[in-house]
Amino acid sequence: MNAVTINDRSLKEIMNAPETLALEPSNDPMPTARRTPLLETETGKRFIEGVLNLAKAAFPPLLGILFFVALWALVANTNKSIPGPVETWGAAVVLFSDPFYNNGPNDMGIGWNILNSLYRVGLGFGAAAIIGIPLGFMIGRFQFLNQMMSPIISILRPVSPLAWLPIGLLVLQKAEPASIWVIFISSIWPMVLNTAAGVQRIPQDYMNVARVLNLSEFKVFTKILFPAVLPYVLTGVRLSIGVAWLVIVAAEMLTGGVGIGFWVWDEWNNLNVAHIIIAIFVVGIVGLLLEQGLMLLAKRFSYD
Amino acid sequence: MQSYVQIENASMVFNTKKGKFTALTDINLNIDQGEFIALIGHSGCGKSTLLNLVAGLLDATDGVLLLANKEIKGPGPERGVVFQNHSLLPWLTAFENVYLAVEKVFGCSETKAQLKARTSAVLELVGLTHAANKLPGEISGGMKQRVGIARALAMEPKVLLLDEPFGALDALTRAHLQDELMKIVAATKSTVIMVTHDVDEAVLLSDRIVMMTNGPAATIGEILTVDLPRPRERLQLAHDPKYHALRSEVLEFLYSRQMRPKEAA
Repeated sequence: MNAVTINDRSLKEIMNAPETLALEPSNDPMPTARRTPLLETETGKRFIEGVLNLAKAAFPPLLGILFFVALWALVANTNKSIPGPVETWGAAVVLFSDPFYNNGPNDMGIGWNILNSLYRVGLGFGAAAIIGIPLGFMIGRFQFLNQMMSPIISILRPVSPLAWLPIGLLVLQKAEPASIWVIFISSIWPMVLNTAAGVQRIPQDYMNVARVLNLSEFKVFTKILFPAVLPYVLTGVRLSIGVAWLVIVAAEMLTGGVGIGFWVWDEWNNLNVAHIIIAIFVVGIVGLLLEQGLMLLAKRFSYD
Repeated sequence: MQSYVQIENASMVFNTKKGKFTALTDINLNIDQGEFIALIGHSGCGKSTLLNLVAGLLDATDGVLLLANKEIKGPGPERGVVFQNHSLLPWLTAFENVYLAVEKVFGCSETKAQLKARTSAVLELVGLTHAANKLPGEISGGMKQRVGIARALAMEPKVLLLDEPFGALDALTRAHLQDELMKIVAATKSTVIMVTHDVDEAVLLSDRIVMMTNGPAATIGEILTVDLPRPRERLQLAHDPKYHALRSEVLEFLYSRQMRPKEAA
């Protein structure tokens, strides 16, 4: 009974909370209004304009989140096995207040789980980059190699990442390197293909410049090939890291160990649904941050 | 005296999907040192192909091309090329774009300070000192083309090859750059081959105008000597009957004897 009343109250709270959030920007002129002389200055006007622009930009996303949370609350209200937003929020606060505790390998903080997953992704993805990017350069530069590799890549690329897991377990004998292997093999293709496409699309003009100047191979690479292909490489890297992060959850569910994917499975066995929902958000937010970070990096190297 | 650039019986055949395509046949042309040659013709007549043969970006199927009595084999920095669309590297500043060429040509024999001084000097020559540290994306089309010219000049080439260098510019910028080019060429006494489809440009700038027949299998139709005294002044020439006579002679060739072939479709 108690739980139900909390649920009902939480629903009201949720319905109200984001609304006040959405209204917050329009409340902002109030504190500035108190400092009336400031408002009339140029900085004051610019400040108000900035706040209004921010409100305009923030309103649609906030409305979207509000709708999503409302829908979630509605579903949680009809199906009692799914915890509502407030209950989940409470569990998340508890979880993140001590993210780095360690009670043995089967009971570690959420922070350790995330870091372990990132570590595996980093290793598998890093190895894929070290091999995939130079391979892409060579495939793009040499037509023969391109023709040689294209049937292999065409066949291997569409294979579901987890289909590689048994091979990894068989060859590497251990769960940990096997999951890194799965990350490696599934995240290498976007980098190979994008790098190769970038090399093939270098404008002929740039290569003519290199020929007229008689530049050495080293100069051609550092001054023309590399900067011209870099945006393509970064696109490949971005796609790859997306794939790697997608795959890690599934791979860890199968291989176990410390990691966000295994943690989801563990919490399912404990029937702790709130933690599963938290894990979904954590995976989503970490993936978003990885992608946005690389987008920022890519912008830095775009010359169009 | 032997000519500086000699082109003897040059021809160019491309292998295309539809079989062989003869772009140029029987090209014979001798160019003296310090001469300014304009190549003019309708589009598709192979004038850029001819320029690329001299640049060494293409190898002639037949015939011989000589520069200062040496056969032209492949591209080289003694033939500075200014490309149609400037071809600057977008990740390097104007200074770095020019420096790349300077370093290549003089890097072995000069110190870094000398190389930098050279680069600055040539940028000053084209009036771009203020934009030296800007990226190509940050400067106008005319300025980009000037950087392209600076890059070619910086190599102190034996021959300067210009492939429709002002084609993509507006009329006012083009006139301005033509005047600057005349000054630069007068100062450096460069040998120049320039592809153009602008009759006024050809008459204004060149010592001889090489008029090409229509492709396929294009060749040199006529060579017109432009004996207008230098330095030439755009405004004075506008009232010069000799200028108009030369101009109409080129127009006559292009539009009466070499009418643009009607498209089959």
